[in-house]
Amino acid sequence: MHDLAKDKPVEKSLNPFSTKDFALKRRDGFIRTLLRLATYFILACAGFIFADIIIKGAPVVFESSFPFVNTKFFTESPETLVVFDTADGESHQLDFSDYSQFKRDNPDMKIIEEHTHSYSGGGILGPLVGTALLTLICIVVALFIGLTTSIYLNEYSSKGRFMDMVRLAIMNLAGVPSIVYGLFGLGLFCLVAPVIVDAPNDRALFSFPILPGKYLSFEGWGTCMMAGGFTLAVMILPVIIAACEESLKAIPMGFREASLALGATKWQTISKAVLPYAFPGMLTASILGITRVAGETAPIMFTAALAHKDVLPWEGANSLGGFFSQSVQAMPYHIYTVAARIPQSEYTKPMQYGSVFVFMILVMCFAALSIWMRIHYRKKVKW
Amino acid sequence: MSTVMSEQEKETQIPEGTQSSSSSSENQEASNVVIEVDDVNFAYVKGKDVLRNISMEVNRGEVTAFIGPSGCGKSTLLRCFNRMNDLIPTAAITNGEIRILGTDIYDPNVDVIELRKHVGMVFQKYNPFPKSIYENVAYGLRIQGVAKKSVLDDTVEESLRLAGLWEEVKDRLDASGLGLSGGQQQRLCIARTIAVKPKIILMDEPCSALDPISTTTVEELITQLKDDFTIVIVTHNMQQATRVSDRTAFFYLGNLIEMDETTKIFNNPSKKETEDYISGRFG
Repeated sequence: MHDLAKDKPVEKSLNPFSTKDFALKRRDGFIRTLLRLATYFILACAGFIFADIIIKGAPVVFESSFPFVNTKFFTESPETLVVFDTADGESHQLDFSDYSQFKRDNPDMKIIEEHTHSYSGGGILGPLVGTALLTLICIVVALFIGLTTSIYLNEYSSKGRFMDMVRLAIMNLAGVPSIVYGLFGLGLFCLVAPVIVDAPNDRALFSFPILPGKYLSFEGWGTCMMAGGFTLAVMILPVIIAACEESLKAIPMGFREASLALGATKWQTISKAVLPYAFPGMLTASILGITRVAGETAPIMFTAALAHKDVLPWEGANSLGGFFSQSVQAMPYHIYTVAARIPQSEYTKPMQYGSVFVFMILVMCFAALSIWMRIHYRKKVKW
Repeated sequence: MSTVMSEQEKETQIPEGTQSSSSSSENQEASNVVIEVDDVNFAYVKGKDVLRNISMEVNRGEVTAFIGPSGCGKSTLLRCFNRMNDLIPTAAITNGEIRILGTDIYDPNVDVIELRKHVGMVFQKYNPFPKSIYENVAYGLRIQGVAKKSVLDDTVEESLRLAGLWEEVKDRLDASGLGLSGGQQQRLCIARTIAVKPKIILMDEPCSALDPISTTTVEELITQLKDDFTIVIVTHNMQQATRVSDRTAFFYLGNLIEMDETTKIFNNPSKKETEDYISGRFG
């Protein structure tokens, strides 16, 4: 023992904590690297997507000279882009309306090499307006049904197996694929939802008179923004109901008891001592959920969306009912159209990336708004 | 602090006559009994009685204390008096009746909303609304549809004075009720209850969440309030029962063991269980 100790270098023999099992240590390092790489992979994916969209999309939206924003992109609806060379050897890219004007102005100019690219000219005003309207209808419908349902579930319904089943059914709705919602919306809102008409349609499921000369006819609303908004609302309801219930549960029982003990009715208690404090939380969670459905394509492609529409919603209707009975363009469907349903070329790229860029920024703004609201109200509300 | 409060108290006392002249049958006025509990059984779940054959009377203008170990049913009985137990779907009185001001309060003709206007309640955990001090006190009147500013102002001031809180908060009535100290918050809850002018105030361990100094303040307030209100208080604290109450009821395992003058219960109880409990041998 003594001899051995003397033979070895002093510092090594004196260190009782030197590594004994190098294999174990290597394995530890390997696991650590693996986990780190998996995380970096996600980061790289996200980074690539964002960078690609920003690098190719931002130049479409922003300009180097005043007003620094491509106003045409936001004030015109999608049009066919015409690319052509003229006899004088110049190359032109014009929207279809400008192209017609050009031909009228230069009747003698010979046009050679003409190509058209659908939906690649103009701007995205139509889809933006359509998405705004669909989202608005969705917010109104989803908030109303979600709020009332969650109030009933949390405040009025008695606890029991039946209510647990209702809750489970609502939660299960969250797992239904969006395309199924689209078909469901088509089947329910477009084809059988009730309308009041002077004369029922032949294809109405059934109809009966309610007033002299007026019938309640289950013939559907047709493909329109109402049907789309309702479909989106049904799709987001599970999320909203769950969020609203959470907000209601967070309100201390003491508020309800105190209010009831002062002689308030159930509804007075809910409206004065519960809802005012639950509402911010409900709204915040709902906005976040609605941000998600605003980007859904499948539920609206059968129920509301059009690839092309010449007029904006307020130009095409002369009554309120007529307004909501129109089909609209919508951002997700527009992106789907320009990305997957038209022949690709370098001329379609600006519209593709520009649309995606704008839509991404829009959705991120909504998400940021709801996060800001959550932080803001959390600071404010204390009990 | 206490002397300041008692001075205010003298200035602003509501005469007992105005409190009780509005309704109630005359024989009840005469008999001086406001709550009669007649052979009551109570169950949260059918078949499992947590109160058994309770009979007692609560007198006008007195403080009655309910004492007993946890789970003995004293809070349950208290919550029967303003039917707060209605919030639990399966809970029900299974036998007997409770008469308040001569009326069976579980009669189908009794509107629970009206009952609770007459029988106010102060809770264990002080629970002011996250509203201003003013709005907290005015809440009960607002839900009754009172919107006149002068009436609300007067009631808020009167109630806060009665609760001994006026001097402390009169400059910040618009501040949140949650910004007050624990004792102040509980007195705000008492003021809120007083504002609807109940005849009876039920207090469910009102001091158990308070520090000793706040407890003293609230106890002094209780002894002052009994001039105007009949008070029933549930307490875990036997010293508190001796300090504030005129009569004491001792509950054990769902039974009312004994009810008598507080001094008699604590000095010369007639039942063995009572003596064991107050001498600290269990519970």
